[in-house]
Amino acid sequence: MKFTIQVNTGPYTHQASDSAYQFTRAAIDAGHDIHRIFFYHDGVNNATEYSVPPQDDRNLQQLWSSLAAEHNLDMIVCVAAAQRRGILDEGESKKNGKSGVNIAPGFQISGLGQLIEGGVQSDRLVVFGD
Amino acid sequence: MSNTKTFVYINRKAPYGTVYALESLEVVLIGAAFEQNVKLVFMDDGVFQLTNAQDPEGIGMKNFSKTYAALGDYDINQIYIDQQSLDDRGLTIDDLQALVYEDEDDDWNEKSSIHLVNREQLSDIIDSADVLLNF
Amino acid sequence: MSTLHTVNKSAFERNSLESCLSVCKADASVLLIEDAVVSALQGTSVSDQIKQATDKGIKVFALGEDIKARGLSEKPLMDQITLVDYSGFVKLTTENDRVQNWL
Repeated sequence: MKFTIQVNTGPYTHQASDSAYQFTRAAIDAGHDIHRIFFYHDGVNNATEYSVPPQDDRNLQQLWSSLAAEHNLDMIVCVAAAQRRGILDEGESKKNGKSGVNIAPGFQISGLGQLIEGGVQSDRLVVFGD
Repeated sequence: MSNTKTFVYINRKAPYGTVYALESLEVVLIGAAFEQNVKLVFMDDGVFQLTNAQDPEGIGMKNFSKTYAALGDYDINQIYIDQQSLDDRGLTIDDLQALVYEDEDDDWNEKSSIHLVNREQLSDIIDSADVLLNF
Repeated sequence: MSTLHTVNKSAFERNSLESCLSVCKADASVLLIEDAVVSALQGTSVSDQIKQATDKGIKVFALGEDIKARGLSEKPLMDQITLVDYSGFVKLTTENDRVQNWL
């Protein structure tokens, strides 16, 4: 079955992005197809490469990036939500006159249309959030 | 399966205190371009999103509530408001914006997009969905 | 054409579970995750609400990993509640036709 997963909260404050990660892994293990993971609201903060949690804590950004690399996942960060919260790729950084790029490997910035398209194309949309 | 799905947006949070109301509306507007069957539900504190006298100038935020009035122009005209949530909060339908659309099948007559529903009708609306978006 | 509802808030703090149960059809399933798992314990102020729902035919599940994390594995759960793990969560999403996440 084809899933789109929506993640609405940043890592660490709420459990929701942990839950989304565990669910995604379990869905992959069960042989399902992850059409897309869409990060919205504060969920875009999962995509910052600049987070440095203590070594004995999980690093959600790295967990997502590894999972994406391993399973070729389409991880989309909403552009409008990302711009509000300072998640930038090279294009957005240049366009807005900023000096840094902080989007982590495996994440891509794109529009909200990708969420709707995920809903249209997938058999199930599962939302994790606050 | 046809390419048109029924998208039901469930709005349960008050505006301004959190960003969910605003960013939900942004999804609805972008989603309109996909020409799906769209239903919006306002229940619990979500009913506060539609109050008709919002003025957030004093808290330094943009008044996005005017945008709801444009939903009819985007062919979003199935708007369901939970009566019990209004009752629980001491609100009536008169406290909310009147949302309308022009019915192209009826000589472009202006009609109300708003339907007051009870919990049983809400459960039918949820079960009519192919995709449920929650904000 | 059944719906899986997920609830992730403690019923002692928010009304998500109450709202969820008020629109659940008899063929629905409800899965308690994250902070919502506290509603699965026996003898709480929401036990009656859950029992009324299961009496109607609604199936109620709780995510074992979240119960264990919160130190509640040894506490008796309501008889009406079925424990699942993450693979059970995934299975529930496929066995129902849609997922309604009460955030």
